[in-house]
Amino acid sequence: MPVAEPHKKVAPPRLALPVFVPDFMASASAQSANESLHTALDNSVTKKDYSRRTMLAALPDADALRALAGNIKRHTLDHLDYYLELLEKNVVAHGGQVHFAADSQQANDLVIAIARRTSSHLIVKSKSMVSEEMELNHALEAAGLEVVETDLGEFILQVDQSHPSHLVMPVIHMRAMEIGKVFAAHFKVPYTDDPPTLAEMARVYLRNRFNEADMGISGVNFAIAETGSVCLCTNEGNGRMCTTRPRIHVAIMGMEKVIPAMEDLPVFLKLLARSASGQTLTQYTNIITGPKRPDEHDGPEEFHLIIMDNGRSRILAGDYRDTLRCIRCGACLNACPIYRKVGGHTYGSIYPGPIGALITPLFNGLAKHKHLPHASSLCGACYEACPVKINIPEMLILMRRDQVRTGITSRAERWIFDLWTWGLRHRWSYRWGQVVQRLVLRRFPAKDQWIAKLPGPVAGWTRVRDFPRPPRHDFRYLWKEHQAAKQATHGRGATP
Amino acid sequence: MKVSLFITCLTDLYAPTVGMAVVKTLEHFGCQVDFPADQTCCGQPAFNNGYPEHARTLAQRMIEVFKKADYIVTPSGSCCAMIRDHYPHLFADDEVHQPEALEFVGRTYEFIEFLTKILKVDLTPYRLPEPVDFTYHYTCHLRGLEMTGDPCIGLLRQIGNCRFVPLEKAEQCCGFGGTFATKYPDISGAIVRDKVQCGNRTRAQVMIVNDGGCAMNIGGAGHRYGSTFAVRHAAEIIATALEGGKDNARR
Ligand code: SF4
Repeated sequence: MPVAEPHKKVAPPRLALPVFVPDFMASASAQSANESLHTALDNSVTKKDYSRRTMLAALPDADALRALAGNIKRHTLDHLDYYLELLEKNVVAHGGQVHFAADSQQANDLVIAIARRTSSHLIVKSKSMVSEEMELNHALEAAGLEVVETDLGEFILQVDQSHPSHLVMPVIHMRAMEIGKVFAAHFKVPYTDDPPTLAEMARVYLRNRFNEADMGISGVNFAIAETGSVCLCTNEGNGRMCTTRPRIHVAIMGMEKVIPAMEDLPVFLKLLARSASGQTLTQYTNIITGPKRPDEHDGPEEFHLIIMDNGRSRILAGDYRDTLRCIRCGACLNACPIYRKVGGHTYGSIYPGPIGALITPLFNGLAKHKHLPHASSLCGACYEACPVKINIPEMLILMRRDQVRTGITSRAERWIFDLWTWGLRHRWSYRWGQVVQRLVLRRFPAKDQWIAKLPGPVAGWTRVRDFPRPPRHDFRYLWKEHQAAKQATHGRGATP
Repeated sequence: MKVSLFITCLTDLYAPTVGMAVVKTLEHFGCQVDFPADQTCCGQPAFNNGYPEHARTLAQRMIEVFKKADYIVTPSGSCCAMIRDHYPHLFADDEVHQPEALEFVGRTYEFIEFLTKILKVDLTPYRLPEPVDFTYHYTCHLRGLEMTGDPCIGLLRQIGNCRFVPLEKAEQCCGFGGTFATKYPDISGAIVRDKVQCGNRTRAQVMIVNDGGCAMNIGGAGHRYGSTFAVRHAAEIIATALEGGKDNARR
């Protein structure tokens, strides 16, 4: 198995995932007030969420299918070394080459080494989250290579030099107007915000680049161990161009993308398109097994599969193994009330939404992203949406626990929970707490029994909504009255 | 049938009349309701914030307090889901307490669930004194109870003079999420404003919210931003309808 080129210089320790927005709170506050973003997201992701529901409801037994998909993934992850070896064996048997990369830097170096050896200068790329994780474009450009994103969304981001905000709809945060401006500056053409015209501009440009490219890079949706094939699901056909037209095809995958056998594939294909975009199947589903055979006309001369770890084996060994089931469909993002209000960039890394809130801290360390597991109402919409049944809310709670255990949570908060729990262990202290709460709260000015401003721990609450003024009598008091009234009507001893 | 009420701390202090509506409804359908006065909290806030040991302490207390109850009924979906979803895990490696915990879980019901699954009540003979258009917010923790909005909507629709109006994005969380609401007020505020706007668009007079925390959240935002609906627990509507008695039946 070829190894990565040794590094020339000692690189500073890098994060497994690049971080684009370091201040979660500032970004969350800004986006929460951005109503045009909310409308845009409702018109896109919320709608997609509804089409997903409709599509899944139309399946005979969607829930059983999701359970099956989850179980296939669980089984594969439990025997990951076996299936990765099987995959490697079968890719090689079909004339491909397999490379293992321990981290993203090694993966980048591998791609550069292949480009150098094959005298590749121009590289076309189809959409791949793992390449975003590697910041592959930066690395290739730094090595003097030219790389062109060919998925329309990713192409816009490349031209705009910005980052994706959704797993499957990378430019969901941009309006046609903004894209028009970016294209006008880039192509030096008059401004238009007509989507078909913009798409045509990109299409004409990209067609030529496909023809000139030496190397095509793709991601992998599923790698089939049994046959040594990689499966690619796209809607634009650019993936097919990238993997057939250039001389060299490099496919890059995180090591969790393997599935055991071809018969497992339909389970995922059925779920992926429905969950991601409410389609029955993506427009293009390519199953690629090795490079061009001697008797074939089309296809690349070389096929390389890079399998990247970048922290995944650490995740595999811990309590969060289930997160590696993810097929990056984006359904949890579309279903998430938080994502619908803050958008993707606020999450800081290229993995946004509920799954991002889990895996970004797993990749980069719990202390680095301490807000992510907490910025969730634990509503469970993500779990309900997930085609492979990742129990995201449960794992967010687990991560909060791990923050408490490792001292990332503030001492003050831990102390409050100690005190709170102690108080609830006794009837008298509970009662005392309730009485004090009522007395204190009833001293604040209230309008129609609602308090507009409170200090201290509930200041956050009243910043955005009113707080109820506790009524004069609590339930216990009303209950006693009720009992007394019953006794009065039924006579003494009638109620137990 | 003997039923013990688990009132939950929020309802006890902030919405006692909801508790009374639950009591009256259960008694109306022949339950002998009691209220174990030693009860405090199910431990949900501690559990959700990452303190499972604290939650376990309180869970053990809950199980003890309700030891004698045939059924435990609570008006709060999230507290019920805490018990149903998480108590079994809290005692997963504790052979001594686990059977007790599982048995307790099996006896615990959310109010609407209890009315529909156990009592199987029929509300068609009852009616509200005035016509009311109601809409329904699907509180998130009902997901854990594998109970969609339908049982509650269906039940209320049986009542005369009670008309259902669907809510846009009914299943989208209201943004409460316990400590989330105070820790991330800007996000939470944006979500609950959305809920209020959706509620206003229904033009219903009442939004049914069967969870203490969510009701405080939507009610508080409704008051701040101006809502055209009142937030009510289903029990309040049902109790009002029952008050009139069968004589009041429509048709
Ligand atoms: S966690 Fe589940 S729903 Fe979210 S992207 Fe991954 S597979 Fe899709």
